[in-house]
Amino acid sequence: MMTDSASEARWHARLVLWLLLAPALLWLGALIVLPHVDLAILSFRERVGPRQYVASLAQYKTFFTEPLYWHVFVRTAALSVVATLLTLLIAFPIAWIIAKLARGRAGSLLFVVCLIPFWVSETVRTLGWMILLRESGVLPALLVKLGITAVPVELLYRDSTLLVGLVYSSLLFMVVPLVSSLESLDNTLIEAAYDLGASGFSILRTIVIPHAAPGITAGCIIVFMLTLGNYLTPNMLGGKNSQWFTEQIYTQFITRFNWEQGAAFGFLLLVLSTGLVMLGLRLSGQRFGEVMRT
Amino acid sequence: MSTPDLVADAVVKRFADHLAVDTLSFSVDRGSFFSILGPSGCGKTTLLRMIAGFIAPDSGDIAIGGNSMRGVAPNRRPVNMVFQQLALFPMMSVGENVAFGLARRGVGRAERVRRSEQMLERVGLGGASGKRVDELSGGQRQRVAIARSLVLEPTLLLLDEPLGALDLKLREHMKIELKQLQAAFGTTFVYITHDQSEALVLSDHVGVMSHGRFEQLGTPQDLYYRPQTPFVAGFVGANNRILGRATDSQGAVVAVTTPQGWLVRAQRRGTISEGDAVEAFVRPEAASLGRSAAELPAGQPSHSGEVQSVLFDGANSAVLLKESVTHSEFRIALPQTGQFSDLKPQEKVVFSFDPQRAVCFPARRAGA
Repeated sequence: MMTDSASEARWHARLVLWLLLAPALLWLGALIVLPHVDLAILSFRERVGPRQYVASLAQYKTFFTEPLYWHVFVRTAALSVVATLLTLLIAFPIAWIIAKLARGRAGSLLFVVCLIPFWVSETVRTLGWMILLRESGVLPALLVKLGITAVPVELLYRDSTLLVGLVYSSLLFMVVPLVSSLESLDNTLIEAAYDLGASGFSILRTIVIPHAAPGITAGCIIVFMLTLGNYLTPNMLGGKNSQWFTEQIYTQFITRFNWEQGAAFGFLLLVLSTGLVMLGLRLSGQRFGEVMRT
Repeated sequence: MSTPDLVADAVVKRFADHLAVDTLSFSVDRGSFFSILGPSGCGKTTLLRMIAGFIAPDSGDIAIGGNSMRGVAPNRRPVNMVFQQLALFPMMSVGENVAFGLARRGVGRAERVRRSEQMLERVGLGGASGKRVDELSGGQRQRVAIARSLVLEPTLLLLDEPLGALDLKLREHMKIELKQLQAAFGTTFVYITHDQSEALVLSDHVGVMSHGRFEQLGTPQDLYYRPQTPFVAGFVGANNRILGRATDSQGAVVAVTTPQGWLVRAQRRGTISEGDAVEAFVRPEAASLGRSAAELPAGQPSHSGEVQSVLFDGANSAVLLKESVTHSEFRIALPQTGQFSDLKPQEKVVFSFDPQRAVCFPARRAGA
């Protein structure tokens, strides 16, 4: 009798656990795993005639034989890395001010200031940048007025503009993990290092950065993934010059109606982001589980 | 005579409308153990942080090893600090913690390792340099924190209540260890604490601090046996406080009468005239206890009371009496002979004390 009721209780506990997990599993399975399985199947077939398909590696072969594709691929990866590092450089002082210097209300206020742009849709924000930067826009006109340039210059469709846009749109995702990891840094450690003769720079190098490393890595992973997969910002600020890999995927799916090729590109992007994140973790000596806990 | 290692000259620090350190001047001799003892909020932490350089005094000057420290940043002072929470670097091993300051001074790696291992050896942690900080016990961390500072051979080692976070047993042990370390290294220690027993046990000199000023500066014996202010008498060691008016202030011994009419006699401290409000202090161990007046030392005025509770604490056992006239508490240390081990609450007893061993001060103004 005792064992019966005990096993029944255990069965109940397990049922409750699965019921609680169900929404997450459903979401993961139906919306992430299934489409990806379907995409994987798509990417490994070739259309040989109307409604006729054979299994092949042709889509992946196209990627490596057509220089444009892997050029765009490498360029997207490189610019994403640059954008991530720039975001880190800009976000770190902001996070430091919020976590360590601003007290009470001032800290939360600064945080809100970082958050406010995200209340506006990304499209509208990017259009705002376009209004500022296009040839007939505010900034070129100002440059002419100040006598810096003779005629209005087109500031859009440049790599630097693209980087500005990417950094701007991902700043918050770097600031949040940085603030939380810097907040947990005990101020007396900084004082102790200072007392033991460390300069500001060596405190940063030996105390602050090692402490904040999981936060830095988490922020970098998030920003890198967001940047790599960003479609809107490169498309609007970079135009045709942006040559972002997501645009290639979009073109294959929507313009060229070549779903097989698009699926293969999608998988390549997934492999790229995973590979670079692993590399980053290896280089910084961080472990994924630890990083995700911050 | 050599120059003192630390000289504070009329140091003042004010926070908004609160005077944290009030024109403080003192000096600490080379190689001595100096404690600043005071309740929390007395300004002792502010004073220590000014010596370390984290806060600048509003006026006055601090000189360390004969050099004025005005405008000298904490990382350039010949001073190191052991923090209350120790502040060991969790991202580094024990050895790296100890070598941290040497690395900042540009000492080469091999020399750094050699000196930090040697220092760990001296504090009894030989072979621990590869360990992580969180693998150490509380007492070991304490020693690492001290080793990390002492390896830099500072003129002055500041200690900010470093025993506060330890449990009682370890605290007692570390107290002795600290004193031995100081004697072995010969470095000048400036120690702040609110624990009078730490200050008394460890120090050569103690400054008792209250409201940003030193109430008294002297040897532990001075503070205990010859307190100069009622604050010191009440703060350092256990003491029975008796409030009343001076009814006879001729000579060196003053008669104090409480509002209820209890009369005690105590040595005069400061100017007291007849009718003045005064406070008298009697140490628990200065009073003798008896079941009848015949047991008390001859020639001392006898008082009576009722046992309220017996506070057994080994060698520090005491009995809490309710004095018959005032019904106020009076604490008497129990002799080690076991003579009163059968004392029961509500028992009537008598006690007396030598007026020469009790002190009487003019009463402090209210709020002071």
